[in-house]
Amino acid sequence: MDEQRSHVISALVLNKPGVLQRVAGLFTRRGFNIDNITVGTSEQENMARMTIISRGDEKVLEQIIKQLNKLIDVVKVRDLTPENTVKRELCLIKIHATSEKKRSEVIQYANIFRGRIIDVSPETLTVEITGAPDKIEALIDLLRIFGIKQIARTGPTAISRGTLD
Amino acid sequence: MKGSEAIIKSLKDQGVDIVFGYPGGVLLPLYDVLYDSDLKHILVRHEQCAAHAADGYARASGKVGVCIGTSGPGATNLVTGIATAHMDSSPILAIAGQVGTALIGRDAFQEVDTLGLTMPITKHNFQAMQADEIPGMIKSAFYIASTGRQGPVAIDLPKDVQEQEFEYKADFQIDLPGYKPTRKGHPGQIKKASNLILKSKKPVILAGGGVILSESSYELLELSKLIKAPVTTTLMGKGSFPEDDPLSLGMLGMHGRKVANLVVDECDCLIVIGCRFSDRTTGKVDEFAPNAKIIHIDVDPAEIGKNVDIDIPIVGDAKIVLTSLIKTIGKLKEGNPGSTKEWADYISDFKINCIPRLSFDDVPLKPQQVIKEIRDSIDYDAIVTTDVGQNQMWMAHYFTSKIPRTFLSSGGLGTMGFGFPAAMGAKVALPENDVVAVCGDGGFLMVCQDLATIREYDIPVVVCVLNNRYLGMVAQWQKLFYDERMSHTHLGEVPDFVKLAEAFGVRGERVEKPGEMKETLQSALKSGEPTLIDVIIDPDEILPMVPPGCGITEIVGEYKVEREVPGEIPYRTPHKEKEWE
Repeated sequence: MDEQRSHVISALVLNKPGVLQRVAGLFTRRGFNIDNITVGTSEQENMARMTIISRGDEKVLEQIIKQLNKLIDVVKVRDLTPENTVKRELCLIKIHATSEKKRSEVIQYANIFRGRIIDVSPETLTVEITGAPDKIEALIDLLRIFGIKQIARTGPTAISRGTLD
Repeated sequence: MKGSEAIIKSLKDQGVDIVFGYPGGVLLPLYDVLYDSDLKHILVRHEQCAAHAADGYARASGKVGVCIGTSGPGATNLVTGIATAHMDSSPILAIAGQVGTALIGRDAFQEVDTLGLTMPITKHNFQAMQADEIPGMIKSAFYIASTGRQGPVAIDLPKDVQEQEFEYKADFQIDLPGYKPTRKGHPGQIKKASNLILKSKKPVILAGGGVILSESSYELLELSKLIKAPVTTTLMGKGSFPEDDPLSLGMLGMHGRKVANLVVDECDCLIVIGCRFSDRTTGKVDEFAPNAKIIHIDVDPAEIGKNVDIDIPIVGDAKIVLTSLIKTIGKLKEGNPGSTKEWADYISDFKINCIPRLSFDDVPLKPQQVIKEIRDSIDYDAIVTTDVGQNQMWMAHYFTSKIPRTFLSSGGLGTMGFGFPAAMGAKVALPENDVVAVCGDGGFLMVCQDLATIREYDIPVVVCVLNNRYLGMVAQWQKLFYDERMSHTHLGEVPDFVKLAEAFGVRGERVEKPGEMKETLQSALKSGEPTLIDVIIDPDEILPMVPPGCGITEIVGEYKVEREVPGEIPYRTPHKEKEWE
């Protein structure tokens, strides 16, 4: 049995209503796992790019790619291998912080992680951070002691390195 | 031009001359145009029958079948038929009405999410939101349905879009950047496969429905003769190879012929063409063809390696791939007669001892005897359809088919109620051919209302209801695997099928004794009238089978053979290690 591993699949799809449902439905029906999915417009007009994070062995990955390719609205599918891929995620973290001391500590941590404070209220601070998922996890862990009120994450999106397709 | 006019025009531009449908509130604009059109419409009595009839039409003729249903319940009734076509890669177009675009999402009267419902059971589906999309949509739908791995396409058609006026442009283009089916096989793979085949001493060909869909039966026959390999088929592949040929093994699988199951187990090279390795075909996957290298030819790359590991995959249209394969093998074979003669001789000895017995003079009738009489009554170009269950497996097992597109059956989805409406569609497609539906009493009763359709439109199909008053296949499993606890499989003593037929103005006949089937069927076909034949059969007859989850050699139930031979059949225990590894 092959090793179970996390795969990043990038799919160029027609930007039409229902295309997300077609892809998500395919994963449900075939029993493939979706850890994360992000969708946004692409460099081409009328096309969107989906980044899907899925787990499984090589056989499952092969089936996922082949089944995605069968969808008429899916134009191109690529398996992005970890060594040739840049992967980033955006995360917004709202922290309960009223005291001056607490606030300055949060700001310091955010700075170390190259995060930014994007909103302030008398009771809260909101940090924006971008990076690989493990970096985001590390900051969240640090900020937990202050009392996190809300987290909103985009999930990772990815692109191949250099001139690779 | 109005949207509704564009639909009819586009269908006719695609060569459609007949549709099966059922009108409804949101389809009034379309049906109003149909009223003056020369496009023939057959009013079925249930939308499921429209979809099955379109499917039967497609399977018999190779052309795209078209069915129409209204929104909401009309669309949900089409769903079973669409799913049936999807599982068996049958090219149909299903058009469903939809509530007006302004009402979509408001839980309007007869509104259902047809797009969402049909998404997992179509090759592709569309929703027309503007009338000017219709011509391109219908052209795309036909292109998608009938190319690559064929399959159903659905179009959701809101009422106001049918009424909308637009300017029709004849020079529209269709743009499907994500759809490019592979046709030609990779030359390197074909060469590799050819070398493997020539090295093999015990090759077997497994032909699936893809052979029929790609019209490559001739090439299949040629390949089999060239390499002297016996041919077994799946249920969907039945008819792709003449079953009276010395190299034919019959159907493989759970209810397959004993010789086919044992020979596939023993072969050293299995050439699989247009087949998706259904669990009903392979039995326990780990034990399937344990001694063989497997070559898999399929137009759908996703089928390669999905269920069974493949040694040499070739993606492409079976006809094109087989043609190149035959050419390559022919070249490599020059001056080398090959070494499979011994294998062919062995198969033919083996086969003689495994021919299932068909003649029985029992009353109530044995299904084998009934099927033998059906075979004796019709030509080989007659089309038979089956329902699902014992009737289907008896037909698949005992009935000899020789010509593609003459044996129509719901293989993948196993839809009870398929046989009769599919026969109706087949007869409409090929009125010159005799069409016989062989159904069980359970399945036929699910669609019996369409006796009205064959009467009203004079569609002279003959429906043979193999009547044992049981849901036979489920009952068979209860007898074999559930201690004969016959939970809810006895159907009781009603209806009287002859009277039922007569109530619809259809000829009704009853057959109870050996010899009567042939006589009754022949006179029914001669009459040119739609006829139902109620055939009283033995409820205790069980078809030998492979229990679910077992390897295909583990057949249970008595396999009655035509020729009783003393001693064991000459089946050799296969060597577990592959010979050239």
